[in-house]
Amino acid sequence: MTKIPAIVKQHESELLAEWIARQSAIAGPHGRTRPEPELRAECRTFLNLFQQAAQTGNVSDIGTSDWKPVRDFLQEASTQRARQGYSPVETAMFIFSLKHPLFQCLRQEFQGDGDGLADEIWTGTLLLDQLGLYTTEVYQKSREEVIARQQQEMIELSTPVIQLWHGILALPLIGTLDSNRTQVIMETLLQRIVDTGSAIAIIDITGVPTVDTMVAQHLMKTVAAARLMGADCMISGIRPQIAQTMVHLGVALGDVTTKASLADAFANALQKKRLAVSEARA
Amino acid sequence: MAPRTEQELKLVSSEDVVLVRQAVRQRAADLGFSLVNQTKLVTAASELARNAVLHGGGGYARIETVSRNGRSGIRVTFEDRGPGIADIEQAMKDGFTTGGGLGLGLGGAKRLSDEFEIESRVGEGTRICVVRWR
Amino acid sequence: MDTIPILKLGDFLLVTIQVDMHDRLAMRLQDDLTERIVQVKARGVLIDISALEMVDSFIGRMLANIALMARVLDAETVVVGMRPAVAITLVELGLSLKGVRTALNVDQGMDLLRQLGIRG
Repeated sequence: MTKIPAIVKQHESELLAEWIARQSAIAGPHGRTRPEPELRAECRTFLNLFQQAAQTGNVSDIGTSDWKPVRDFLQEASTQRARQGYSPVETAMFIFSLKHPLFQCLRQEFQGDGDGLADEIWTGTLLLDQLGLYTTEVYQKSREEVIARQQQEMIELSTPVIQLWHGILALPLIGTLDSNRTQVIMETLLQRIVDTGSAIAIIDITGVPTVDTMVAQHLMKTVAAARLMGADCMISGIRPQIAQTMVHLGVALGDVTTKASLADAFANALQKKRLAVSEARA
Repeated sequence: MAPRTEQELKLVSSEDVVLVRQAVRQRAADLGFSLVNQTKLVTAASELARNAVLHGGGGYARIETVSRNGRSGIRVTFEDRGPGIADIEQAMKDGFTTGGGLGLGLGGAKRLSDEFEIESRVGEGTRICVVRWR
Repeated sequence: MDTIPILKLGDFLLVTIQVDMHDRLAMRLQDDLTERIVQVKARGVLIDISALEMVDSFIGRMLANIALMARVLDAETVVVGMRPAVAITLVELGLSLKGVRTALNVDQGMDLLRQLGIRG
């Protein structure tokens, strides 16, 4: 039965002091160090949870329910650091910088007992290694989630759906379209059709350099879906090169209305809605 | 509460088809599937569940959460001890595009899924397995 | 067995489907609707599916059948409120719902019926 939990409890203030000092020596992002009161609170909480978990007797597997409070704490601490821009190494050092202080304490307690000391250091190292790796794993996952969310936001921001008039929407597509982006864009357009009750949507591809089969298929599926819902899509801005590619690829536009420019498409849409633009009286 | 990884539902009546739809919908929503992915999976499940009830003489559906390379997904298996399908290739072709007769909806269910497996033996029964990733 | 309510709005009938229908309920709706069309001599039928999270081949065929039968009885049908996820799935499924007119909502559905010469 390991003496680590007891030692941690007994030497808490020394451990804290040395551990905090070691971490403060590590510069965080932009050379800043973590504010001391925050760090102190975190370290104290961790030592408490660590000590309680280790006291249950299980110091070999941190995946069990005994160690859940510690894992939850590390999850929170790691995610925070990821958000604040700390590197994975800086984050993992939260755990690894505890090794030296802890082993110092163990050396004091086990003076003269070489074997006992070796056993405890081994136990301590395995335990802290697991915790350190867990911290890194959590850090990675939260970074991945942030990136995924940012990608999603970028896609949504870069394709605004514009209401040109009551019941007429325009979606100017700009840049290269990949499968994922095209799908998101199309779903957004269909949702806006429902939200605004617009029965006419103009998809303008003037700003799209190339259209391959996959993108063309997505466009066709969107038009078909809009029609099923009770709205009509027009495609404008088809440049000669794109028209050639589409014919070459055998993409059937079916009975989709196509116009050279967004302006033409808008005029056509107004006509469909039996609207006309006239000069204002002076 | 961690979701059970395996859920089995009987498929005897048309109400059971609705229950399977709801169970699949719930599982997909819990796993964070996008709305479109949820709908595609639920629709495929509805087609296959109905097949088991109407053509397979009843059976059961099994819903499991699966994961591969860090991605999570849902696998739904439909099993019946019905007459089986003699010509699977032909059955996969039957569908809405060919006039919308009684079409077994297999082709449609396949199009809506990321993975599709079918085993069938005449006189013994049919087993169909679909997977949709998050 | 539960039924789906059918409202009369002048010469139109309005059906709002709000439950996840099992097949027998769908068949029941088909029958009830056909009867009502004859009963009240309806000229237009609006089916609101904005609450449906899923439309599979059975429900799709039900809608197509209703449109067909209504036309035989001299009434026009418009299905309104289809959700984007449902529409995308139907396109993937390959179900075209040919012969079924659609509109984004009840208002536009009624406009469509009026355009077809059916006064509400």
